[in-house]
Amino acid sequence: MRQVLERDAPIERGRQPQPVIDCDVHAEVPRVEALFPYLPPYWVEHIQQSVFKGPTDTYYPRHAPVTARPGSVPEKGPAGSSLELLRQQVLDPLQVEHAILVCTYAIDSLHNPDAAVAFASAVNDWLIAEWLEKDSRLRASLVVPSQIPQLAAREIDRVGDHPGFVQVLLPVRSQHPYGSRLFHPLWEAIARHDLVAGIHFGGAPGNPPFPSGWPSYYAEEYAGMAQVFQSQLCSIVSEGVFDLWPELRVTLIESGWTWLPAFMWRFDKEWRNLRRLVPWVKRPPSEYIREHVRFTILPLDAPPDRQQLLEVIAQLGSEDLLLYATDYPHLHAADPEQDLLPVLPAHLARKIRAENARAWYRL
Amino acid sequence: MVQTQPRTATQERTRPAIIDCDVHNEWNSQEELYPYLSQRWREHLQTFGMRGPSGATYPRFQNRRTDSTPPSGRKPGSDVAFLAQQLLDEWNIVYGILNPLTGVGRQLIPEFDAALATAVNDWMVAEWLDKEPRLRASIIIPFEYPDLAVAEIKRRVGDTRFVQVQFSGRPAEPMGRRKYWPIYEACVEYGLAVMSHAFGSGGHPITGCGWPSFYIEDHVGPAQSMQANLISLVFEGVFERFPELRVVSVENGFGWAPSLMWRLDTTYKLLYRELPHLKRLPSEYIREHVWFSTQPIEEPHRPEYFLQLLRHMGGADRLVFATDYPHWDWDSPDGALPARLPDEVKQQIFFDNAKALYRL
Repeated sequence: MRQVLERDAPIERGRQPQPVIDCDVHAEVPRVEALFPYLPPYWVEHIQQSVFKGPTDTYYPRHAPVTARPGSVPEKGPAGSSLELLRQQVLDPLQVEHAILVCTYAIDSLHNPDAAVAFASAVNDWLIAEWLEKDSRLRASLVVPSQIPQLAAREIDRVGDHPGFVQVLLPVRSQHPYGSRLFHPLWEAIARHDLVAGIHFGGAPGNPPFPSGWPSYYAEEYAGMAQVFQSQLCSIVSEGVFDLWPELRVTLIESGWTWLPAFMWRFDKEWRNLRRLVPWVKRPPSEYIREHVRFTILPLDAPPDRQQLLEVIAQLGSEDLLLYATDYPHLHAADPEQDLLPVLPAHLARKIRAENARAWYRL
Repeated sequence: MVQTQPRTATQERTRPAIIDCDVHNEWNSQEELYPYLSQRWREHLQTFGMRGPSGATYPRFQNRRTDSTPPSGRKPGSDVAFLAQQLLDEWNIVYGILNPLTGVGRQLIPEFDAALATAVNDWMVAEWLDKEPRLRASIIIPFEYPDLAVAEIKRRVGDTRFVQVQFSGRPAEPMGRRKYWPIYEACVEYGLAVMSHAFGSGGHPITGCGWPSFYIEDHVGPAQSMQANLISLVFEGVFERFPELRVVSVENGFGWAPSLMWRLDTTYKLLYRELPHLKRLPSEYIREHVWFSTQPIEEPHRPEYFLQLLRHMGGADRLVFATDYPHWDWDSPDGALPARLPDEVKQQIFFDNAKALYRL
């Protein structure tokens, strides 16, 4: 069982038979000074003169196995901060057609709204200059001060039409569920710019990740993130976000997805009983989810029995839902190249490797 | 062992014996508790009432089954004779386990919480258990104050009609935290199960991302809350520390259990270095230590998915039947389980599993 950690990272095993679109590749800010060219002098002085060194979070512990797969840490800076290594370890060997960058710089941990706006803008300008303009295979998720939806909308208006940005990144942990009317200015901006909302593992909003407070171990937070995704999905559908913006697309990134069938059964049942409370939700929630939501394949919370895995995939009720991802440089226990894709019919594996994402992100 | 009521020949033929693991009894008025409270806490209850973490009110249409108001005019669930007739007689329920939802466990004054717990348990003995031999009950405990909770557990030792202790769905800390270990230690010592019933806020929102807006979200939420509690119980090593502990998840659903076990196993494979206190795969602890009540029953749109779900759970031996009487979303024994479920599986869920779990 534990040998899973000792094996080579899957992407190092050589060329794949088909091109892929990698929907979850991390671009980490190497150190706060890298943002200085893109930050107003006010914030540069802050960092130079005080203990404040930019936002902080703990959802990828620096030396935990989840954060850096073997061989992914560059000579300088954290794993995921080197474009050169990304090319060597993912883009070239995997024949990546496109890779969508995710930067988990914890803008949402900044309660100072001016800081949140300044750092979000700096990260986006840094992504354009240091990543998008240097490799045409890259696309990116723009970051926003999601805790202040009006200001997030303004940042989307500022950079959302840059052709390199295909989605807006929202950390799954938040102070309020994303379906809430507080966030409707944010959804309106995402829809108006025809971007995808990419809801991603993690977040540093200050409130606990469990409905019963703070868990002790990181492993609990890692495992329990799936339930936060479930709650966000429940909120977004129940509040009628997809009824208000019928073209809206949402990708859940690093959410896991084997929980989805049972979640849809329960949600559909509740809707049958309680739909008078949310009369704008016109169809069973599962129909909204299959139409408006996609899921990256990692982490793969798969049953050990392959037949059961195929049953779960059939229970999803659609072949369009899953998007290929390496989650580079992060590491998870299961390897889709061994544990998922070879098990599937060839046409479904092709859809997951590239076709679903090409249609979803219009690449 | 208490004798069950004689059943009619018709019921013998047509209805299987059932153990109902979630029956909600209520008082018609809080004055019913007064005889069991000291003057100090009786006056407090009269003057200040119950005060727990507040700030979550969801407008809703549904409340109790519309036919559950007793002819006596008392509140639904508050008339033991009518409950026995409408629920136990009607459905051949040979044991019904009372889980009153009282606000105990959520009182901000620890001593008041403990006094209320004692009063509720005394009231259950006098007004329910002594009057209807088919009833069993959960011990109501002030679980946020474990020393007081253990004292209440000890007060009930010897009355075998109490089969478990009751937690809310969302304690103030995740259920595996060491704060609660003295309660688990007492439960193992006295042969009691630990039950967590859906709902009931210990001060945190029902999601890991804040308060939702609508009751439908609040009603989906227990599935996520209980998963968080099980993650905590497993990864904190509670089942290593208390190898005889039995945990019962009530009214939280169970469709999520397989994917949770898969996720915990893959998480453990990745992060085992943080968890040296675990000796087995997380799914093994859940399979061995955790039971799930059926209501609200899972309703996949294709019947074969229900059978797949049971296989993915590793069998049906940890499912126990519950009606949730008299609440609006109760499950009827006639309609809840899928028709194509084999009779021996129905027998397990209706009776055998709960009999073994509660040693009835």
